Amino acid sequence: MNRRIEDHPVLGAIKEKQYVAFTFNEKQYKGLKDESLAAALLANGVRTLRHHEESGTPRGIYCNIGHCFECRVTVNGKSGVRACLTPLQEGMVVKSGGKLPTPVRDWRDEHE
Amino acid sequence: MNDVIIIGAGPAGLSAAITCARKGLQTLVIDEYMKPGGRLLGQLYEEPSGLWWNGIEESERIYKEAVELGVEIGLNTSVNNIEKEHDHWVIYTEKNVLYSEQLLLATGAAESPIPVPGWTLPGVMSVGAAQVMTNVHRVKPGNRGVIIGVNVLSAAIAMELQLAGVEVASLTLPKLNKVTKETAQPRVVLDSLLHVSHMAPSKLVRYGSKLMKNNLLKKMGISFYPKQGFKMWDIPIQLRKAVVEIYGDEAVTGVKLATIDPHGEVVAGSEEEMDCDFVCIAGGLYPLAELAAVAGCPFYLVEELGGYVPLHNEQMATPIKNLFVAGNITGIEGAKVAMKQGITAGLSIAENAGVQGLTQEIQHAVQVTEQTREDAYIQFHPDVKKGRRVIQEEWEACMVTVQ
Repeated sequence: MNRRIEDHPVLGAIKEKQYVAFTFNEKQYKGLKDESLAAALLANGVRTLRHHEESGTPRGIYCNIGHCFECRVTVNGKSGVRACLTPLQEGMVVKSGGKLPTPVRDWRDEHE
Repeated sequence: MNDVIIIGAGPAGLSAAITCARKGLQTLVIDEYMKPGGRLLGQLYEEPSGLWWNGIEESERIYKEAVELGVEIGLNTSVNNIEKEHDHWVIYTEKNVLYSEQLLLATGAAESPIPVPGWTLPGVMSVGAAQVMTNVHRVKPGNRGVIIGVNVLSAAIAMELQLAGVEVASLTLPKLNKVTKETAQPRVVLDSLLHVSHMAPSKLVRYGSKLMKNNLLKKMGISFYPKQGFKMWDIPIQLRKAVVEIYGDEAVTGVKLATIDPHGEVVAGSEEEMDCDFVCIAGGLYPLAELAAVAGCPFYLVEELGGYVPLHNEQMATPIKNLFVAGNITGIEGAKVAMKQGITAGLSIAENAGVQGLTQEIQHAVQVTEQTREDAYIQFHPDVKKGRRVIQEEWEACMVTVQ
C-alpha cells in the first residue's frame, strides 16, 4: 500500500528518492532515508505502533511533533523512542511495545 | 559558553538567531525536531495576491540565512531541564549539557486535544499531525477523513488535505461537554467562522457572511441554511452535526454523527454513521510554555492569547534576567508575526549583551511587529490585540512592584 503524495499541485514532485530498508516487528519495510519513522510506517499502511502498557488497546500517531508520546517504540534496543521525531536509517530494527505481563501491584500494605 | 542559546528553530527562533548573529553574538539554536522551520514547515495557503505561502520554502530561506551568518543549529535535541547557575543558563538536553549567557525561548505552540470516545484509536490524530504528514512528509494521513472542530486552523488544513488528494468527508463539531464548551455551539462557531470567510473562494459563503453580520440573520442562518451543511472550498462543513463517537477495532473505520440544536445539544435518536479511515481533532492551539515555567518566569492566563503566557514586554524581555521569549509562546498568532517578534527579541538580546545604539532599531522592530499583526491575513484570535494590552498592563504593574 503506498500512501505517498508523489505529486502535489503546489509543492511539486517528491525530491527525496533514496529508499532504505528497516524492520518493524520483524517484518521488512522500505522508507525514505531521514524521513520520520512515523511517516515511513504510515506510508507502508502501518497505523498501530504499539499497544497500551496497561489496557492493551492499540495506539498510533497522535500529534506527530513529539508532544504526546503516543508513537513511542523501541528502536535498535532503545525503548521509549518517539517515532515522529526519529529520522529513518538503513537497517533500523523497530519494535512496538505491548501490554505488560503483570499488572501494577498495590504495594501500600507492605510499605506502610 | 554561548552568548545566546535559542530553543526552537521555528520562524521566531531562526529570525532571532539571524538578528543576534548580525549583531555579532555567538548563537546556538536547538530544536527537538529533525528539520528546521518548526510548524512553519507545514503551512501552505494562497494569499490574496494569488501567491502561495509555502512554509517549506520560507523555512529553507531563513535556515540558510542563519547558517550563512554562522549560527550553529542543533536538531534532534530535546531539552529536559533548564537551570540558572550564577548569572548564566544551564540547558540540559538529551545529548549534552549546554551553557549560555542569555536564553531565548521560542518553543511555539501545542494543540489542545478534544477527548471523544474512541480518540485513542490509531488513525485519530491532531489536525496539525495531518498537516505535517501531508505537507512535510508527503504521506497521506488516510484516504477519507472527518475533522472534529471548526476553526481557522482546521479550515485551512482541510483545504491543504484536499489539495493533496485526500478526501475530507466532513468538517464538523465536537459533542458539547465541559471541555468543548463554545467550540461545540453552532452559533459561536459560525461567528468565529465569519472571521475567515474572506479566505473562502466561494461567492456564496462570502455573500452569506455579509448577510449574517446582522445578528437576527445570523440566528436564522444557523437555524436554516447550515442544517444540511454548506461547502467551503468544496468541503462539507456541518455546524449542525457533532461527532459523538469514533469507532473501529484495530484502527478507525468510521464516526457516529448526531444532529445538534443551535446550542449544541444532541437531538436524541439522530445518530448516523459515516465511514472514514482517519479522524483529525482540531481543538485549537495554546502557547507551549513549560520551559519558561521551569526557568521561573511568572505567568498570566490571557484567553485572547490562547492560554497561559509568560510575562513579557513589547521588547520580548521577561522579568527574569537574561531570559527572553518570542513567537507563539507569547500568544497564538501567525508565522509572520512570530518572525517579527524574533527580530525584536534578537535586538533586545544584543542590547542586553552590551551592543550599543540599538534603541531606535528596537523601537522600529516593535512597530513593525504591530503593523504585521494589523495586516495579518489569518487572525487566530480576533481579540489578540486586547490580549497584548492585558499582558503589557501586567508587565507595567509588575515593574512598579519590583521598583
